[in-house]
Amino acid sequence: MDSIFRKIMIKLIGKSLVVLTFLMLTSCDPNEAQRVASFDNLVMQDEFDIEGTLDSNLWTFDLGKGPGNDGWGNNELQYYTDRTENVTVENGYLLITAKEEAFNGANYTSARIKTEGLFEQAYGRFEARIKVPYGKGYWPAFWLLGNDCGQNIWPQCGEIDIMEYLGNMPTTVFGSAHGPGYAAGDAISKKYVLENDRFDTGFHVFGMEWAPDYINYYVDDVLYQQITKQNVLEETNGEGQWVFDHPFYIILNVAIGGNLPGSPNTETVFPQTMIVDYVRVYQK
Amino acid sequence: MKNRKPTYFKDLSLIFLILGLIVSCERDLSEDSVVATFPNTGEVFTDNPINLTDEFFISFDPAQGANTEGFGIDNNVAYAGTSSIRIDVPAPNDPNGSYIGGIFKDRSGGRNLTGYDALTFWAKGSLTATVGLVGFGTDFVDDKYAVGLENIQLSTDWRKYTIPIPNASRLLQEKGMFIFSAGTQSTNGLGYTLWIDELKFETLGTIAQPHPVILDGEDLVQQSFTGSSIRISGLTQTFNIASGENVTVQAAPSYFDFVSSDTSVATVNELGIVSVVGSGTALITATISSVLASGSLEVTSTGALPAAPIPTLPSSNVTSIFCDEYTNATSSNFEPGFGGSTTQAAVVTANNDSVLIYSNNNFTGIIFDNTVDASALSFMHVDVYAQQAGVQVEFQIRDIGANGVINTNIFTGQPEGDDADYRFTTGNLTVNGWNSFDIPLTGGILNQKNNLGAIILAGGPNFILDNIYFYTP
Repeated sequence: MDSIFRKIMIKLIGKSLVVLTFLMLTSCDPNEAQRVASFDNLVMQDEFDIEGTLDSNLWTFDLGKGPGNDGWGNNELQYYTDRTENVTVENGYLLITAKEEAFNGANYTSARIKTEGLFEQAYGRFEARIKVPYGKGYWPAFWLLGNDCGQNIWPQCGEIDIMEYLGNMPTTVFGSAHGPGYAAGDAISKKYVLENDRFDTGFHVFGMEWAPDYINYYVDDVLYQQITKQNVLEETNGEGQWVFDHPFYIILNVAIGGNLPGSPNTETVFPQTMIVDYVRVYQK
Repeated sequence: MKNRKPTYFKDLSLIFLILGLIVSCERDLSEDSVVATFPNTGEVFTDNPINLTDEFFISFDPAQGANTEGFGIDNNVAYAGTSSIRIDVPAPNDPNGSYIGGIFKDRSGGRNLTGYDALTFWAKGSLTATVGLVGFGTDFVDDKYAVGLENIQLSTDWRKYTIPIPNASRLLQEKGMFIFSAGTQSTNGLGYTLWIDELKFETLGTIAQPHPVILDGEDLVQQSFTGSSIRISGLTQTFNIASGENVTVQAAPSYFDFVSSDTSVATVNELGIVSVVGSGTALITATISSVLASGSLEVTSTGALPAAPIPTLPSSNVTSIFCDEYTNATSSNFEPGFGGSTTQAAVVTANNDSVLIYSNNNFTGIIFDNTVDASALSFMHVDVYAQQAGVQVEFQIRDIGANGVINTNIFTGQPEGDDADYRFTTGNLTVNGWNSFDIPLTGGILNQKNNLGAIILAGGPNFILDNIYFYTP
């Protein structure tokens, strides 16, 4: 009886595997065939396990209102600090907290951390597990900047936004790429909307897989966008330039207000915290 | 097979008995028994009413102006399917009634709505009118889980509306499937048509960030005494919905869990009624699903309040405003909500004796619903109780004149137009005892007291009033 049962099970599993494989083969629209490489060599990870402090071998800070004192080029309203109340590690999580307070001429404080000069890499899988705040004016992001922005002025140095989110659209995130000919408001970008769920009530994994000729964007296990060299040309009438073949560094921040989200309103709740469970980077 | 069964059964039952003895100390439900639950049907109206009572629409009382004629099903208009609910909102002078509203009720024993997080529907209007109320949980019996979303703005095209459920775990057997009330306040009296379709309870998964509120979010401090009771009002629940908007609904007290910090001073029941049971201070707070509500009530009781002196005048000599010994000549508004007023006023009843408790008063008034003709009367009696030293209260007895309106100079606070008053201020009141005053109807109202309309109260700030009446000795 046992062996008969086992045989039936094996048959069933075999059959379902065949069906599954068939489905996998046929469900891809050949015109939109997306390239997916496997990046399974973990080369960087921060699980945020050191209580009370960021790993200084991995992270540094952007402070203030930006080099032009103009809200980081976006008229953002916050002043970035490295104070514990704006950025710390607790219970295995990175906490970036935006507060409403008068500080050095700004009405809000927050934090922006980066791996510039500490961890930079071209290509690979970059992912983070994050829960975001909600409310008008919140603009948290998990993104990459090219490590040559000092020499090759942005957007020539390239920007890959793995996750951008606006607090007044709690079910939506954006994945984007910026380069010469497709920057700021004209970036190549796509939104992803969660069904029957939202980004401020639980953690989601925001992933990006980057190879020499494409960038794939994921929310959890859903691939929702692929940007290729060909896309860049098509989207920019041949003007755009692929600038994603050199090392980039990681940025995590919570911006408040500015051109994209607009200012907080009276219902926006402060303080609120972006909670990051981990950041991991893989190579081939 | 069949005749072997009894032995088999006997052996098995013995084993089960032993097993039962070994594994369980108390009797649990056996596995094949199912706790009785009510159907969890979410649809209320799609193309037809879904499992609602035969009359489908149960109107508010026509005697109170509700129009029962304007409700029906429209087979020519639908958001989805073939038909929708059509509501013709009447003009205020419509002989069939000046507004329209009522409820839909489940036809059987009620529904289990614990798996849903919102009632949703699609609606449009012939005008971009504002509908006063939509909601659910009202069954015209005890309305225990009533929820109301006020003032929704219609579009002339279909738009989806979401009414979040404050705390779905409470809705094990709900009969009130929908409530609406619509008038023409927003359209200057112009009637309009409102269509509703695809009315159903849904599990959206995007109803988040709950923010419950009691007492309109205020932290109130109130003096009281043993035997009194206070109702917790101003109850709302706010959620952020998928559109990013915060939606606030009025929520019945039974959605909340109320807590008293000291039940030897005050207890609070599921209807939000605080009962003061002893002396001391207790803080009343509330939660919904473990989320603390904004707002609280700190109630301080100094024990039992002694009764005010019982009036002895025959009722024929008296025109009463607030007194348990006489029939009051008029009802009154004790919370007129004057602009700039900081006053909290509460009618508190213990042992069949009602008193008026004023807290944090700067100025307020007792506004008579009907004027009092005191032409044949010469005094106003009032008993005043203070629990702190240095309390003085000013009484301004106001005749509001033939126009029936309080006319006050907003700069001086003095009566103007056809109004007149007499003002009397108590000296420092005796603490923890009743102070009785018999104030003559003199000064500005000596010869004009046939339209007494209000008693304005200034100062205090904390005092208790009882036995307010006009009389002739």
